[in-house]
Amino acid sequence: MTARIGVVTFPGSLDDRDALRAVELMGGEAVPLWHADTDLKGVEGVILPGGFSYGDYLRCGAIARFAPVMEEIRGFAARGGPVLGICNGFQILCESGLLPGALIRNRSLRFVCRNVHLRVETTQTPVTADVLPGEVLEMPIKHGEGQFVASEADLDRLEEDARVVFRYSGPDGTVDDAHNPNGALRGIAGIRNEAGNVVGLMPHPEHAVDPDVGPTGGQALFASLLSSVMAEAGR
Amino acid sequence: MRFAVEVLVTLKPGLADPQGKAVEGALPALGWTNVSGVRVGKHVRLEVEAGSESEARTQVEEMSGRLLSNPVIEDSRILEVRGE
Repeated sequence: MTARIGVVTFPGSLDDRDALRAVELMGGEAVPLWHADTDLKGVEGVILPGGFSYGDYLRCGAIARFAPVMEEIRGFAARGGPVLGICNGFQILCESGLLPGALIRNRSLRFVCRNVHLRVETTQTPVTADVLPGEVLEMPIKHGEGQFVASEADLDRLEEDARVVFRYSGPDGTVDDAHNPNGALRGIAGIRNEAGNVVGLMPHPEHAVDPDVGPTGGQALFASLLSSVMAEAGR
Repeated sequence: MRFAVEVLVTLKPGLADPQGKAVEGALPALGWTNVSGVRVGKHVRLEVEAGSESEARTQVEEMSGRLLSNPVIEDSRILEVRGE
């Protein structure tokens, strides 16, 4: 039996199909979940995909956090279940308070759509467990509001607790302003919660699993997620 | 009783405000070279059915904290409560 990974579709989600497909391509069982669902159908991991949930009115992710399924996901996360928020999913996790900080308009004020490199900063998460620290992964970003911000105190705490999971970098792993596509503070592209089971990132690993259509930096994250789930279940 | 309430939502001081920067960058082209410190916020107007003004105020404060603003990055304050 393989790992059952649920992907939530909110009204306005765009990348749910790609996330479902990525799970299947990497050998998992993909389970579609609906924003109005009140049970998680026995999944062992949850992905909140990218898109524009509820039109992203008010603030990105602000309405989605009150969806019925989010109540279930909150409980699932509290029990240690792995939750991965991608792009809009990351924004939803921040709005929900499951992750600290917030994502505001890109420094350039422009929507940015291109491939970037990410340096993996910690392996203490289900999605990076099988990756080497310092490894550089290539995958696309596509967002207008991806600038990660938090108070200086929160940023220091994230660094001290090794909760920064990904930073924007050059192909060689250099982290500097030139490789920061949106002005994210300290080049942060993704973070985790204290326990490590909830991870959010702006870049799109689900668009980077198929060598026919671009870089394959996302494969490692899905492979890690699936093997972490299997290991946790003792399979 | 129905109360009209106005709420102002602003980015916390110190946080980068790309929208404000863009406005500030555009003003000199129109001849205003004497402007600085531009910050862009949000104005929310709503009507609440409540027993008293203070009840309306309390409810809108809770709405502000939970939905109208994100307290991580924004401050909110009630500008006006007007009974109708």
